[in-house]
Amino acid sequence: MAAIKHQFGLDRSLPVQYLLMMKRLFITRDLVSYGNQALNVVPAITQAAPVTFSLVIGAAVIWVVFSVLIGLLAVILKGTIFDPLLMILALIGISMPVFWLGEVVNLITQSPNRSVIFSWVPPLGYVPITSNPWQWFLHLIFPWLTISVLYIGFYARVLRANLLDVENEDYVRTARAKGLSERRVLIKHMLRTSMITFVSLFGLDFGVLVGGGALLTEVVFGLPGVGKLTYDSLVKLDLPVIMATVIYGAFFITIANALVDVLYARLDPRIRPA
Amino acid sequence: MAEPLLEVKNLKVSFRTEDGVVKAVDGVSFTLSPREVLGIVGESGSGKSVTMMSVLRLINDPNMQVEGEVIYKGRDVMKLDKDQMQEVRGGDIAMIFQDPMTSMNPVYRIGDQIAEAILTHQDVDKRTAHKRAVDLLKQVGIPQAETRVDDFPHQFSGGMRQRAMIAMALANNPDILIADEPTTALDVTIQAQIIELLDKLKDDFGSAIILITHDLGVVADIADRIAVMYAGRIVEFGAKRDLFYDPQHPYTWGLLGSIPRLDRPKTARLHSIEGMPPSLISPPQGCKFRPRCPHAFEKCMEEPELVSRVDKRDHLDRCWLEPATKRVARYQTIEGGQAA
Repeated sequence: MAAIKHQFGLDRSLPVQYLLMMKRLFITRDLVSYGNQALNVVPAITQAAPVTFSLVIGAAVIWVVFSVLIGLLAVILKGTIFDPLLMILALIGISMPVFWLGEVVNLITQSPNRSVIFSWVPPLGYVPITSNPWQWFLHLIFPWLTISVLYIGFYARVLRANLLDVENEDYVRTARAKGLSERRVLIKHMLRTSMITFVSLFGLDFGVLVGGGALLTEVVFGLPGVGKLTYDSLVKLDLPVIMATVIYGAFFITIANALVDVLYARLDPRIRPA
Repeated sequence: MAEPLLEVKNLKVSFRTEDGVVKAVDGVSFTLSPREVLGIVGESGSGKSVTMMSVLRLINDPNMQVEGEVIYKGRDVMKLDKDQMQEVRGGDIAMIFQDPMTSMNPVYRIGDQIAEAILTHQDVDKRTAHKRAVDLLKQVGIPQAETRVDDFPHQFSGGMRQRAMIAMALANNPDILIADEPTTALDVTIQAQIIELLDKLKDDFGSAIILITHDLGVVADIADRIAVMYAGRIVEFGAKRDLFYDPQHPYTWGLLGSIPRLDRPKTARLHSIEGMPPSLISPPQGCKFRPRCPHAFEKCMEEPELVSRVDKRDHLDRCWLEPATKRVARYQTIEGGQAA
């Protein structure tokens, strides 16, 4: 016991413990798991990260495209029954917990007596894009859709609200007075200024997901990503691994926010330095 | 009079609200001749902006109802389809707005916004449009137009932005330029410059101008004719000279009396019109100005028509008072009251 304590430096003072841990994470990269001494933490994360990236980037593409489409559609159809209908649909999407939705999706697409429509769905798990891109896609399509549902609903509502705000701006009136078509007014003059909130939300959510926030989805679909790694180590209270995944998550949340700030300046020239 | 360029016939605009129907514009008719400058004057809520916005059909409130005709080039603008309307907007009839700070899209370069107006209505390539944008900026007096054309709106001052807005509106040589309180948000010195600019450009571009303002001082210099609006109606309409020197409606007197003047001895206070503008949901019976009018009498319970009551055929007003009575009554209001 005392030997193990010494091995992890737990007999030292707290600041020294912290520095030791950081040294083994970043410099010597030989931090090992408490439970399984053969498991080296850093390679475990570098192996899990591509899975999480595949999952989150694919889902992000889906949710950005569809939420923008639905948000625009809701504004175009304002005053008809379809606008509230779309928004109710979005609300349903937001309300469904991802683990429940994931299990239901699995029930429909994975059960032995599933309908023939889903006979092409491969078993749960992950295939790297480098070994077989098509299988990679097939394995991830339902996890992508499952994550996206929540964000599509949320982002579509945010975008719609922002677009309706912007619609009353003077410069939108100016654009109409120039004789621009409604479509051009909407896409060119309203959408871009409405994207600010959208982009800041996206930065936060994307960072959190890449950082391991897709934990539930990864567990439900058996994807060996960072979220799954976090989940497994949480169950075993495997502190070095938890520590490493938290640091990894913090890294991506910071990166995502920095990128968002750069994107802000692209969207709105007033934010650029003079 | 020559063939009118624009003819508005009995325009009525109302909005359904929770409290009832608001009659923002209630039977406005006027004509505009080519190259004429028409001033529309009235206080906030008198319906002057709504009138001109509905000429371009720029209000898309689902609770709005519009009646009447707007004849431009022999066609009723109110009956044009979407594509025809887009050709008229910015092409034949252009509009500039009150607040230059918010009237330009903050995320696009000034030049691109002007070029966009050109590309929408003319069949030219982007480079030509951009060059034309530079020329326009020069014409409205932007220094170093070649470099400033690539600025964003926030890099322009208020006055420069309004100049850029004017450049954008004139980009397609419109027949009519509607200026909705173009100077209200600007400093007094800049106001004068903008009005001078409009005066110069109307000759360069051959456009007629409809200038909406609440300030008679603004239209005094450049308007040919002036319409005074009150509670959604025109209450007096005439040539500028007649309106300033022989005003017929007590509301016009009130407006004239509230302008500070340098050529008169200073009075203790400027004249102010008592009371508040009437509710447009349940307007007063008869003359709409009656409750605020110090000269109201029994006959005012009946609404007066907008007709000529003096010896000039094109000087119209809505007031029952005898012209002779008016001459005495208005003196007090305009010239500063008790001293006389």
